[in-house]
Amino acid sequence: MSTAPRLTALDAAHRALGATMTDFAGWDMPLRYGSERDEHNAVRTGAGLFDLSHMGEITVTGPQAADFLDFALVGNIGSVGVGRARYTMICREDGGILDDLIVYRLQEREYMVVANASNAQVVLDALTARAAGFDAAVRDDRDAYALLAVQGPQSPAILKSLTDADLDGLKYYAGLPGTVAGVPALIARTGYTGEDGFELFVEPRYAEKLWRALLEAGAPVGLIPCGLSCRDTLRLEAGMPLYGHELTTSLTPFDAGLGRVVKFEKEGDFVGREALTEAAERARTAPPRKLVGLVAEGRRVPRAGMSVVAGGEVIGEITSGAPSPTLGKPIAMAYVDAAHAEPGAEGVGVDIRGTHEPYEVVALPFYKRRK
Amino acid sequence: MSNPQQLRYSKEHEWLSDAEDGVSTVGITEHAANALGDVVYVQLPAVGDTVTAGETCGELESTKSVSDLYSPVTGEVVEANQDVVDDPSLVNTAPFEGGWLFKVRVTDEPKDLLSADEYTEFSGS
Repeated sequence: MSTAPRLTALDAAHRALGATMTDFAGWDMPLRYGSERDEHNAVRTGAGLFDLSHMGEITVTGPQAADFLDFALVGNIGSVGVGRARYTMICREDGGILDDLIVYRLQEREYMVVANASNAQVVLDALTARAAGFDAAVRDDRDAYALLAVQGPQSPAILKSLTDADLDGLKYYAGLPGTVAGVPALIARTGYTGEDGFELFVEPRYAEKLWRALLEAGAPVGLIPCGLSCRDTLRLEAGMPLYGHELTTSLTPFDAGLGRVVKFEKEGDFVGREALTEAAERARTAPPRKLVGLVAEGRRVPRAGMSVVAGGEVIGEITSGAPSPTLGKPIAMAYVDAAHAEPGAEGVGVDIRGTHEPYEVVALPFYKRRK
Repeated sequence: MSNPQQLRYSKEHEWLSDAEDGVSTVGITEHAANALGDVVYVQLPAVGDTVTAGETCGELESTKSVSDLYSPVTGEVVEANQDVVDDPSLVNTAPFEGGWLFKVRVTDEPKDLLSADEYTEFSGS
């Protein structure tokens, strides 16, 4: 396997903007263009433009596409209407999470599964293996799409100026084919920032044209290009999990507080059903640890892997932490023992390089947009 | 970006002013500030602390990471910049000016501090 990082179709555009680049799951991606705090705030108050072309698209087609995905994934994929999307997960037989996914139903017999860049190959391999015996085809479409996201309260107005598509009729977690700035695109109302916004799947050869058009149309209302650094603080404030941090193969969706994505009521067997049935019961009766939010009383920032402490004992572990631009304080997500997981739990701190810094336990998310 | 000619530089990306009455000012370079991203928290040595050349004396926290602050010289801290503690973004906006970190009464100085030109070549910017 080559160690040279992969470049997106927008690589030249990022370099022209002077982006600080970073290696992310084998891709050379923009970390930030200027101040990551300014980029974060632009998405909260105006709009931000992201290159997310590292995400892994997998197309599933065929008469049994729905039955196959109902078997391979934990969600009720057959019930997703054409033009709608669903947040779901793919688990191992033992219930461990392989990845979290968004599945778009493009046609009656055609779905697009979007996996995290770091897991795209794993998901592709698992889907391919699980398709045996189904009249359905799994296609690697990672190179078929560039993905641009416009996120923030101004994003509907910006997109409207570039498309005739019925955006008002496009609900959250829906997607429709259309034309944006003269470019054929799948327009999806999805995102990972806690704001209203759109994700635009286009052929890579059109990516730069669309990027320039969005920058130009959005500039008057405060749109700026945004990197992965602010994407991480935006999703953290919104309490959204990140694979490799809040989600791993050693956790089930129930351990992560996301048991709602597992649909036992659907027809037929699915991979992980038995283990997940037990995991659901365990989470209900004797949860080992729970995912909570932590807000700093001081200014030192918790980072993934640091210990959460109470009364001198380790009671949990930080999975994600960052200074929150919106709250103006450091925040974190952590798995903590159930006894300390209630909001307001007394005496909880984080061991930051040997000092126990006081932290408040809060319910997630940290930030919720006004609708 | 240009590194001021009148300063000297360490390979840990700190700058040091020429001593006035035996006291020098210390900060981090613009190159280092850009590499860190938005600085959100600085922990500085306290007045009266002894700092040692090449050893950690504080920390700088940015969105993505925490970095140790190294002292470029040995001596006694005589002032810490309260403005930068209150507003760490000064490290990003004015690393060579309002974003200075502490002042030190120098007792010993390593021989291998770099000139502005040498540091520019060393850091690549």
